[in-house]
Amino acid sequence: MNSPLDSIALFYLGPLPITQAVLTTWAIMAILVIGSYLLTRRMDLVPGKRQAALELIVTTMDTQIVETSGANPAPYRAFIGTLFIFILVANWSSLIPGVKPPTAGLETDAALAVLVFVSVIWFGVRGDGIGGYLKSFASPNPIMIPLNILQSLTRVFSMFVRLFGNVMSAVFVIGIVASLAGLLVPIPLMALDLLTGLVQAYIFAVLAMVFITSTVEDGQRAKPDPAPRPPPNQKDT
Amino acid sequence: MDYLALASIFGAAFSVAFGALGPALAEGRAVAAAMEAIARQPEAANTISRTLFVGLAMIETTAIYCLVIALLLIFANPLLG
Repeated sequence: MNSPLDSIALFYLGPLPITQAVLTTWAIMAILVIGSYLLTRRMDLVPGKRQAALELIVTTMDTQIVETSGANPAPYRAFIGTLFIFILVANWSSLIPGVKPPTAGLETDAALAVLVFVSVIWFGVRGDGIGGYLKSFASPNPIMIPLNILQSLTRVFSMFVRLFGNVMSAVFVIGIVASLAGLLVPIPLMALDLLTGLVQAYIFAVLAMVFITSTVEDGQRAKPDPAPRPPPNQKDT
Repeated sequence: MDYLALASIFGAAFSVAFGALGPALAEGRAVAAAMEAIARQPEAANTISRTLFVGLAMIETTAIYCLVIALLLIFANPLLG
């Protein structure tokens, strides 16, 4: 049995080894980019079927971003939405026979986690300025500075291990079951794999959003709190 | 007899076994609490289940850590070379 921690080079592009994960990632990127370009070419004020479906996706993402973070979704929509859609497509690419999802390898997940780490810094600096971003490490008080620095690294590392472990273990289990008992037995496990893929993509995006907004808010702690929200409507009982 | 390999295999098995124990109990408690909350306040079911999913993923991470340790012991053991 091959180790799930290794990745085998398919061929070499000069000195660079190209693994299957890289090929799959390129294919997914091409599909997503070309697909989004083709789908958003002719936008109308009055949406047709295709545009209505796309708007539904974007609106759902916006709602989720607002509900998890309470922030204005506009600056985060592109990054968080792309993260979600890419991880979702990558997780579900295991449905194509012979394709191992790129997120089941260490390197893709590590790259995604590094993206989140960098984007926390980027959004933190953009929202609060460099001083405000550095001040976010001293929240709630300066004693926490070493812990906050440690936390900013470990939370990203845990996102990386979480995504890798979940997707890899699903692929691994399906491989073991398929090698033990042939044809139809792995199908329920594959259905479970679909659910895991969706949940993990959602959680990765939500956690990235939570980390970004918590950094931005910590940097702004000095500002007065916004007016409290009105209580949600209670049903009369 | 290679005791290092033997110890690694037992270590991997125990790490997965005990690593699954804690998160299983914790997830059970979390789901039970969420069920109770939804039963009490069905209109908040959306928020509760969303938070529940994120929380479950957080809890599950500990089990995943143990799985990764087990895989490291089996496939990438630094002691066995």
